[in-house]
Amino acid sequence: MEVGQMQRRLIDYTKSLFMEGILDGQFLQLQQLQDESNPDFVVEVVSLFFEDAEKLLNDITRALDQQSVDFKRVDAHVHQLKGSSASIGAQRVKNGCIAFRNFCEEQNVDGSLRCLQQIKQEYYLAKNKLETLFRLEQQIVAAGGSVPMMELSF
Amino acid sequence: MTVEGVIDDPRDQFPIGMRVLAVDDDPTCLFLLETLLRRCQYHVTTTNQAKTALKMLRENRDRFDLVISDVQMPDMDGFKLLELVGLEMDLPVIMLSINGDTKLVMKGISHGACDYLLKPVRIEELKNIWQHVIRRKKFDSKDRNNSCNQEKPHTGSGEGGPGSAGTLLDQNGKLNKKRKDQNEEEDEDNDENEHDNDDPSTQKKPRVVWSVDLHRKFVAAVNQLGIDKAVPKKILDMMNVEKLTRENKYRLYLKRISSVANQQANMVAALGGTDASYLQMGSLNGVGNFHTLNGSGQFPNTAFRSFPPSGMLGRLNTPAGLGIHNLPSSGMTQLSHAQNSSSNTIDQFNFQQVILPGNHNDGSVLQGMPMPLELDQLQYNKCVTQVRELSTAIDHTTVFPISSGLGDAKITIGSSSNPLLRVTNNTLLLEGSPQGAQGGKVFGNQSSLSISSLNSELCSPLPDHSRLNDNWSTAAQSSPFPLNDRFKQATLQPCNLRGNMSTMAFQIGSDPCDVSSVTSISTQSQDIRADIQCRANLIGSNASQISNNAPPQGWDDHNQDGSYHSNVMCSSINSMIPFNGTVGPLDITEVEARAPHGPKEASRKFYF
Repeated sequence: MEVGQMQRRLIDYTKSLFMEGILDGQFLQLQQLQDESNPDFVVEVVSLFFEDAEKLLNDITRALDQQSVDFKRVDAHVHQLKGSSASIGAQRVKNGCIAFRNFCEEQNVDGSLRCLQQIKQEYYLAKNKLETLFRLEQQIVAAGGSVPMMELSF
Repeated sequence: MTVEGVIDDPRDQFPIGMRVLAVDDDPTCLFLLETLLRRCQYHVTTTNQAKTALKMLRENRDRFDLVISDVQMPDMDGFKLLELVGLEMDLPVIMLSINGDTKLVMKGISHGACDYLLKPVRIEELKNIWQHVIRRKKFDSKDRNNSCNQEKPHTGSGEGGPGSAGTLLDQNGKLNKKRKDQNEEEDEDNDENEHDNDDPSTQKKPRVVWSVDLHRKFVAAVNQLGIDKAVPKKILDMMNVEKLTRENKYRLYLKRISSVANQQANMVAALGGTDASYLQMGSLNGVGNFHTLNGSGQFPNTAFRSFPPSGMLGRLNTPAGLGIHNLPSSGMTQLSHAQNSSSNTIDQFNFQQVILPGNHNDGSVLQGMPMPLELDQLQYNKCVTQVRELSTAIDHTTVFPISSGLGDAKITIGSSSNPLLRVTNNTLLLEGSPQGAQGGKVFGNQSSLSISSLNSELCSPLPDHSRLNDNWSTAAQSSPFPLNDRFKQATLQPCNLRGNMSTMAFQIGSDPCDVSSVTSISTQSQDIRADIQCRANLIGSNASQISNNAPPQGWDDHNQDGSYHSNVMCSSINSMIPFNGTVGPLDITEVEARAPHGPKEASRKFYF
């Protein structure tokens, strides 16, 4: 596959992530911060997010499995997940966290468990999509091309 | 975990090299914040624990110029850190949070935060944070100068010295030149203070106080000149009032009235509102000039807030209170507000006006004045910004500005001067309901807006024609309207529809069946793609249903002209048909499409 074709494929794939609401404008902000001096910036930030999110999701799961749920602690974890997902532009994960916090406020265990499942689903979807995106970028760089910059107006 | 930035060059020019301590327990946010701060050329030290940050600050308070801290952290609350830093170090602290709740922001500001940033942080916001450091240092240097002046009134530093007014002493011992205009501003302040004690003859001329007479003269001058030619200079010449300048603004007059009204309202509240003279409708003694306020469309809310519900305005709801005779006590003007509890973005305003017997021709007794005293309810959720007059007669045109669902939409309800219709009981229901994007495929919101006018009584019986819910071409086949065949295929194509929304404005002239012009204006919309449907149904009056559907464009279709189909529908035309059943021809003289943002010609005209 030639470089131009791969670049077009990358652009289309990135657009689809925005169209589906998986990513938002913040992800473009991250891409704009990436330059020659910091070529792996986006991958670094997103990798950090993956590590942190996995840990937080495990903590939330454990906290909700307790006999008496400490909603204050759960809310703190969800708040942190909301912040980190907003920072990388994982829109659907962030929206799930907003709904989750409402259930925490109501101290609704069933609603919280449902929300947790939804957030996990959204998180793994975002993770798979972003990993595919990074693989496409690596293929373009390996073929001697440059990663095209997206410019979307929101 | 602590990461320190390496100082490359100690002689860096401020704000380059400003030393920032960033505190956040979230590693992703902290890494992003650090990168952004470095991009702004600040020296950054990061830590994920508030206690560690406090320890670092206590060890050497001159080591940092600014602290950026997250609000919610496990080991210590951000506000606690803010308090301690404020008390011990007196450093500017910027709070950072994903939660933009007003209470939380106000808590941060009241605790002494100099700014409150919302995550995700943008580089544009961080580029300006050095200003807080400058302000703080300027404030400190002023304090120091004041204390020095008090202790040693006769000694002063020489010009250009570290303590001089034109410079700021940095914590590093660097001299920072203050901007020239800042010095000038301070000089001006000093000059003003000096002039306060000057001879009264040299002071400013006394301003003319705006009065009702002046307002009348002003209105007369504007009317005489015409709105297009009414400029301040010409208006002043026309009014010909001595010492009147442009500064004598009408708003000052309104402020004065509202403050007087406040005082008198408090008096009424204190007296219990027992005096019957307060209940006269003519000038509402004690509430200022009601007619002036009504005419200007500006009710100062403060004037009405302080009345008790059972007090003066509460009793205006009764015929006795209104000073209107021959009216039964059951009739009253009501304005009710119901909020849909399921969603805080959907507000329903239900305006009900019960017309009293013997009062059909006048419409509402108190037009535009809400009786249950909840004036703030009208501004509840920014859904309806102003409700000025609710006329019950259908030949008045009512405009509702709507700022919630649509970008800049104004929906005008009204009709031509149709002698066949008279409304005796009119209920208006205004609903604005944003609909979420379907399946995540569309950016932005879809807004559906419907306005309906119910219970319209006809003075005389009309021929019973069935309601036509079809488009114009079908309507033409089943009714005696001769219709030009070309109108069926009328398609407006404004060029370059990227981010544009076309709105159709129908003007119905004095002839009920004369559509004089149809204008399609491309306006910049807020969302990339928004399918906005506006439905306006007026039952029993001249009604047209307008449905605008902008086709969703592909990502690469920015430069292509998309066709824009406007489907005009007639939902009820029985009020257009006079007794003899004959109707004049429907004239559609001109359709004009303007696309001011388009790359091609600015104006196209289509003649049918």
